[in-house]
Amino acid sequence: MAAFRAQGLAKRYGNVTALGGVDLEVAEGELVGLLGPNGAGKSTLVKIACGLVRASAGTAEVAGAPAGSPAARAALGYLAELFRFPGWYKADELLDLHQRLAGSDGGEPERAELLELVGLTEARSRKVEDMSKGMQQRLGIAQALVGQPRLLFLDEPTSALDPIGRRTVRRLLEELRRRGVSVLLNSHLLSEVELVCDRVVILSKGVVVAAGRTEELARPRGVEIDTDEGTQLFESARREDAPRIVAELVGAGQKVYGVRVLETTLEEIYLEAVEGETT
Amino acid sequence: MIVAGYAMRESVRRRVFPVVLVLTVAFLGLYGFGVYKAYQSIDPNSTESIGNGAENALVDTQVLFSATLFGLSIFAVLFLGTVLAIFLTHAVVRGDAERGLLQPLVVRPVGRAALLAGRFGAAAVVCAIYVILVYTVALLITHWVTDWWPDQIFFPALELAAAIAVIVAISLFGSIVLSAIANGIAIFMVFGAGLVAGLLGQIGEALNSDSLNTIANVASWALPFEALYQDALNRITADTAGFTKVALSLGPFGGAQPAGAWLYPYVVGYFAVLAAIGLWAFNRKDL
Repeated sequence: MAAFRAQGLAKRYGNVTALGGVDLEVAEGELVGLLGPNGAGKSTLVKIACGLVRASAGTAEVAGAPAGSPAARAALGYLAELFRFPGWYKADELLDLHQRLAGSDGGEPERAELLELVGLTEARSRKVEDMSKGMQQRLGIAQALVGQPRLLFLDEPTSALDPIGRRTVRRLLEELRRRGVSVLLNSHLLSEVELVCDRVVILSKGVVVAAGRTEELARPRGVEIDTDEGTQLFESARREDAPRIVAELVGAGQKVYGVRVLETTLEEIYLEAVEGETT
Repeated sequence: MIVAGYAMRESVRRRVFPVVLVLTVAFLGLYGFGVYKAYQSIDPNSTESIGNGAENALVDTQVLFSATLFGLSIFAVLFLGTVLAIFLTHAVVRGDAERGLLQPLVVRPVGRAALLAGRFGAAAVVCAIYVILVYTVALLITHWVTDWWPDQIFFPALELAAAIAVIVAISLFGSIVLSAIANGIAIFMVFGAGLVAGLLGQIGEALNSDSLNTIANVASWALPFEALYQDALNRITADTAGFTKVALSLGPFGGAQPAGAWLYPYVVGYFAVLAAIGLWAFNRKDL
């Protein structure tokens, strides 16, 4: 059973189509990156999955239960793109509140573990209003993990984080994968997505324009070889052509120092997929 | 209960209570001072003759004075309770959603109905306790100065509590469809509309105008906090008779009108309908 499945999911706001029939699946324990320009429908998709927004058409299921149902909400954790916690709550108190709302019996050990996971152990007694934006974002991630959800929806979880904070989140995502938690990660940071996600789905104007593993989506861009005569690019060559080209160069008396098989990057895949859509 | 606790804590931390406390102390202080000074200027043991001095036109000065001032304090209690109710509920749904406070709570399994019920319960209980307390202090001040007790004490207090719960429900309902500021303004306007309806009824009664009376009746049923307020006002002089009663019914801020036996079941039904429509609207609302 998929952790999350959307079929023909559509959302219209009046005459504006936010989602135009999206099919998407997140398998158990899979990390899927959801990419797309602003207004592509990423947040709308996640909100429908969380039961915050009603779909105009199609179906969405979380852990086999209809999105928005109590069973679905019990199975997921969510960090919104724009969220705020009451400033007077201490980190520990906030997690306690969400434990009670989620029906978690994890108690103090769970809270301590979550704060440690996001690097906020020292800030457990600090009020939200006294935290930096980055700390609040990490607290938001900890909040989303309360109750050990099977599926996590993270909407731009690293937007306010510095490089160290991003690394913390990256390690956290890897830890979640190890624990078998499924994650749908909505992000503009292509490098983050490329580093941690098993698969990417690219949305543009409310529809899926590309989906798959990064290496599946990548196209060959030739082979680059460093020789004593300089760097030479064989644009039409593919990975399997590299040994033959090297042999020919060596046969021609050149010294070969390095060989690189070039493929399109995620950024190039993304830009091609959204076809210059400006945001 | 979790949501209600959250709401209570939010109220305390938003400094709503200290503000309302300051306003309340100021009101009660001024009220006590005003009652004391005014009482010194009358002869409470006299009966004033109105018109041609006929027996039924005699007015008991002490009752007229005390009941009128206490009636005014009841209006002030309702007004302060309304301020508190609006502070606690004007931004519960749309306001909190726009600030990103609501979404992390709504995705939890407790669900929207529990969230709405928790917020209503917390605000209604807080506001009810508040109006009963202030009502009681105003009553004791009035008695201390004038040595007068209302004909009924407990029912008016309960009706004021119910009236404020109606305002809480209307404000909560408004917060689903209106932004925080718009809702706050709208509820004050609704409160004002109820007050105006009461005044129209008062004028209608004095002029014997069926049209004005009809308008006042329709308004007080559409906004039952006004009917509850009028009934509470009526009950403080429920056993008073003669021209004193007539003079009191012409008092300021809405005439004291008995609402009849249907008021309580009507209010219960009003809550039920408002809850059903509110939940329907909340469940359909995209956050």
